[in-house]
Amino acid sequence: MFGEILEGFRKALELIVLGDPAVVQITLRSIYISGTATLLSVLWSLPLGITIGLRGFPGKNFVKSIFNALIGVPTVALGLILYLLLSTSQGPLGFLHLLYSPLAIMLGQALLITPIMVSFIASAVEAVDPQIIDLAKTLGASELEASVAVLRESTEGVLLAIVAGFNRAIAELGIALMLGGNIVGWTRVLTTTIALESNKADLTLAIALSMILLLIVFSLSVFVNLIQRRKK
Amino acid sequence: MTFVNTINITKRHEATTALDDVNLKIEEGEIFSIIGPNGAGKTTLLKILACIDKPTKGELYLDGVKVDDRNRSRFREKVTMVFQRNVLLSTSVYNNIAYGLKLRKCSKKEMSERIKNVLQLVRLEGYEKRPASRLSGGEKQRVSLARALVLDTELLLLDEPTANLDPENVSIIEEAVTHVNHELNTTVVMSTHNMFQAKRITGKAALLLRGKITEVGTVNELFRSPSERLAAFARLENVFSGTSEILEEGTSLVDIGNGLRVEASIKKLGKTQILVRPEDIILSRKPLSSSARNVFKGKIVGITDLGPTVKLRVDVGKEFATQITKRSFKEMGLNVDSDVFLTFKASSVHAV
Repeated sequence: MFGEILEGFRKALELIVLGDPAVVQITLRSIYISGTATLLSVLWSLPLGITIGLRGFPGKNFVKSIFNALIGVPTVALGLILYLLLSTSQGPLGFLHLLYSPLAIMLGQALLITPIMVSFIASAVEAVDPQIIDLAKTLGASELEASVAVLRESTEGVLLAIVAGFNRAIAELGIALMLGGNIVGWTRVLTTTIALESNKADLTLAIALSMILLLIVFSLSVFVNLIQRRKK
Repeated sequence: MTFVNTINITKRHEATTALDDVNLKIEEGEIFSIIGPNGAGKTTLLKILACIDKPTKGELYLDGVKVDDRNRSRFREKVTMVFQRNVLLSTSVYNNIAYGLKLRKCSKKEMSERIKNVLQLVRLEGYEKRPASRLSGGEKQRVSLARALVLDTELLLLDEPTANLDPENVSIIEEAVTHVNHELNTTVVMSTHNMFQAKRITGKAALLLRGKITEVGTVNELFRSPSERLAAFARLENVFSGTSEILEEGTSLVDIGNGLRVEASIKKLGKTQILVRPEDIILSRKPLSSSARNVFKGKIVGITDLGPTVKLRVDVGKEFATQITKRSFKEMGLNVDSDVFLTFKASSVHAV
């Protein structure tokens, strides 16, 4: 068994180094789908996170704790809910014919990572010295310009939030499986292929794709670390 | 011409009253001090003058125009404020100073010219590219000041600009402020709890106690006959009452009680009040042989850490306050109960 795994690793490295078309295609599709999902989520998570971080309003802590709690939502649970909504035969949104398409995965992942992005962005904005607003104003800034100054001070934290969101999206399985259906050449991504191939006991491809997945997640973390260090 | 005019300005934060019916007139081109203890409302008053906070009641006129909700943000272009705790943007020194100029749509060329000049004024030439977060406390405060000065506003507000800074940084900041006041006729309002600073660089001062202005006048007037309140709250230290006799040499010997006789280069007979600045007292482990006329032996009874400096209370029969750098403090291995000598010149003794 152990020899088999080692052999798997050797072959996996071969696939990666030689740029096996299937490996390349699945990797690029994964990055494309989860990248789009992240950008989509940024559209609403960024203004939401900034608003929560910047303004004090009644029930703010309650809203924050809801988002914090939702960070841990199981991907299969969210996948199931969205599956039922999008299901062509009975779902209320079935008429959109989104099920088993890349767009369905993108939407699902975008929703999945919204809590983590909102929470992290809100915390990043809150961590900025509250005197920055007053400072910007004493130097002649309007309310809006002062808010922009705060946002600029929280850039690293916001970037970290976006990377964390992307990492969660690309590494999740439940939504990609239930909403994408693992269709070859269409909705098959890194995680669904890994799950499928190891089921079929073909470890080579699974190992190769796992290595790529880990590489993506780690290099993004290193990248964020470098930025944080450079700014200090 | 009156540049700042506050009429019955009152500020309440829920149950507490931070400012209570403050009426002040500050003339164009003058340096005005607001003296008061911590929590007196100095910062609140400055923030209202800076147009970043508004009074609960009362009116503020700047340059003859009433400040209201509609024009408050426009007035921010005429006024700027330096906070007591320096707040820097996490970017380079250059970008920090450029921030206000960018908001004013200043051209690139003019910007770099002005930044170069202002850095020279606060003696930070060549610091443009340094990350602001890596500067020392004094340098950070000078960047904060430069960032305000570069805007060349008509009114400059300084909230305890030199609190907890060492003498070198203090004099650089005081010089820069005096310079813009003289050269550009900038009106300056500065809060301080240091009476000597007020005297060094300002013309007029007001005493603010628990939100109320209790005294206003020229610094010399206030200084000549400091009321008990002023002496207490302006943290005038080493003020002693005694009886003075004139010596043959033309100096005076003041008996301040408990067997302490202080020689002073003043000519005064009878009851008098004298003052010795903590900074003018030399502290040593052994008696110094020097020209200084006053040497007293005593014990340290109190130590307060002020960051770069340490304030010591020494009992020599009467309690004297002295201030030394932390480095000297460590090198001399001082502690409560250490035996020390205090030395100061007759010319360091002032009559108040």
